[in-house]
Amino acid sequence: MSLLAIENLSVEVEGKKVLNGFNLTIEKGEVHVLMGPNGSGKSSLIMTILGYPGYKVCAGAITFDGRELNSMSINERVKLGISIAFQTPPEIRGVKLRDIIRISGGKSLWNPQIEPEEEFATPLLKKVGLEPTQFRDRDIGVGFSGGERKRSELAQIFASNPKIMILDEPDSGVDIDSLKTIGIDLGEYIKGHDCACLIVTHYRHILPYLNPTLAHVMCGGKIVKSGSPMEIFTKIEEKGYCEYLELCPPGIKEEIEKGLVINNTEF
Amino acid sequence: MNWKEELNKKAVGVQDKSALLGPDVDMKQFKGQALTKQAFQLPSDVADRAKTVGINPDEESRSGTFFQLDHSVILACRKKEIEGVEVMGTPQVVEQYDWLKDYYWKAVAVDTDKYTAEAETHQHPGGYFIRTKPGVRLTLPVQACLFIGTQGLLQAVHNIIIAEENSELHIITGCTTHPQVKNGMHIGISEFYIKKGATVTFTMIHGWAEDVEVRPRTGVIIEEGGTFISNYICFKPVKSLQMYPTSYLVGENSRVRYHTLIYGMGNSLLDVGSRAVLSARGARAEMTSRIIGKNSARIIARGHLVGEFPETKAHLDCRGLLLSSTAQIHSVPELEAKTQGCDLSHEAAVGKIEEAQLCYLMSRGLNEDEATALIVRGFLDPEVPGLPQHLKQEVRKTIELTSEKVM
Repeated sequence: MSLLAIENLSVEVEGKKVLNGFNLTIEKGEVHVLMGPNGSGKSSLIMTILGYPGYKVCAGAITFDGRELNSMSINERVKLGISIAFQTPPEIRGVKLRDIIRISGGKSLWNPQIEPEEEFATPLLKKVGLEPTQFRDRDIGVGFSGGERKRSELAQIFASNPKIMILDEPDSGVDIDSLKTIGIDLGEYIKGHDCACLIVTHYRHILPYLNPTLAHVMCGGKIVKSGSPMEIFTKIEEKGYCEYLELCPPGIKEEIEKGLVINNTEF
Repeated sequence: MNWKEELNKKAVGVQDKSALLGPDVDMKQFKGQALTKQAFQLPSDVADRAKTVGINPDEESRSGTFFQLDHSVILACRKKEIEGVEVMGTPQVVEQYDWLKDYYWKAVAVDTDKYTAEAETHQHPGGYFIRTKPGVRLTLPVQACLFIGTQGLLQAVHNIIIAEENSELHIITGCTTHPQVKNGMHIGISEFYIKKGATVTFTMIHGWAEDVEVRPRTGVIIEEGGTFISNYICFKPVKSLQMYPTSYLVGENSRVRYHTLIYGMGNSLLDVGSRAVLSARGARAEMTSRIIGKNSARIIARGHLVGEFPETKAHLDCRGLLLSSTAQIHSVPELEAKTQGCDLSHEAAVGKIEEAQLCYLMSRGLNEDEATALIVRGFLDPEVPGLPQHLKQEVRKTIELTSEKVM
């Protein structure tokens, strides 16, 4: 039994098809890289796995750890062991970073009467390189830099002890030092916990830390090519996504050409 | 005619004068007969209820206590070991201190409307008088509870708070009704006098019942270098509540800060504002309000900044969150600059909870109700800038207690 099995998934958002017969299987402990031009459906896939409202499954199924997810709410799904680092998490005023980390770990909000010194979020913040005294009482995302935002997402992922982590561009908008810390942290965690990983990225820099199993190229709402991560990256860096467009489902290529600008300089 | 009789005559003259804002209340409907005084002893059900509006019946960590049940003053005293503060019933002070005429109805006009008139002419006047002597800085708050224990009662109180020069005073006022009281009316006149260099923080927690009408009338006069911090919390339903406390910043470098947290629910109508009149150089005002509208509640959140002197600065910040499709929030910010050199600004935002925030919290394992509650709690941030640390904790605890059943 695969850890994550997505079969023939088709999804619509406001009547527009965003996933089109998508297939993917990830086994325990495997690291998969997902690439593709903007608008190819990468984020839609993540939102659909999580069960976000507005992502209407028209066909196909998602199974995780033997359970079919389609009719479950977001929180029921993540409790099965799915954890996500969002590309741009929202700001939530008044909700403290330490508390969201605790919630991710299934703990209650921090209560100084029971726990004079916060003991759960503090070491996790330290681990991801956010100084606990400065960050634990901060409102989620408010005034965070790009790198701080990514690290705070990682702290939440580590808190939840997942079977699979889904990382949506954990390396975008971060400087080279942060990238290294994030890469090392993730790599160690994946290895140490035999955790599976699906990572969406436009860059190769983070990959050496994660030792990926397979890379996939998405176009027009489905995977059009899978193979060795380094080979695929090298090819895309040379030639862009143009040749993958030919592999899109019928009619999709024309739509993409009409509606989307695919620019090689973006990745 | 002495000064008291003159005021009384003025009041009688406006007994039918409707207020500018809020639905008109027919006060004749309130015929409840007050409970008689049970000297110095609080029934346990009254004490328990008072706890939900921040009152410590055992008087722990308080400088003094005032407790009025219906029309009777049960308790009005300072702690023995605390010097330099007076806690008394206002009617007693009217008899005792002739100089009170310089304060009585000087920050609020007796002929404002029929409610101020009722407070002056009420058969059983009540309310508290709290005064800190010059230079006395109290760290522990004085607590005051105004409690309606009888169905259909009209309670009218007149509070006078004087912080003499360079003194510091913290007050926690809890206003509530007995759990069995559904209907009644509370009129509360509060006049604050913040003398040169003095600081007063005033935390008021309202916990009324569904059919109670509430009409507070508040005026604050702040002298040179004085600071007034108001922290208003209302998390319980009420029939209608209308108030528009006004601070007059008459001294140079005087400061006022209003922090308002309202959770409107049921069929409540809340018309709540804060006003600051800046009439001296260097005066500053800051107002923040956080309003939640649930069920069919209607909330009007007003703010009025009046700049009457150069080199003054004031800012108004109002945010509203609607939790149902039948609740309404109406934000009315007003800026009025009467001379050059007033720096007045406002920001207001009203909307529903963002789906992205809700989904984000759900993706961390909370269900929809838990996620909503967490956002609401965060939105109603009890952090009041300027409130001492131990009071902040106290307020936070009270909010937890008050909001237990709501959120």
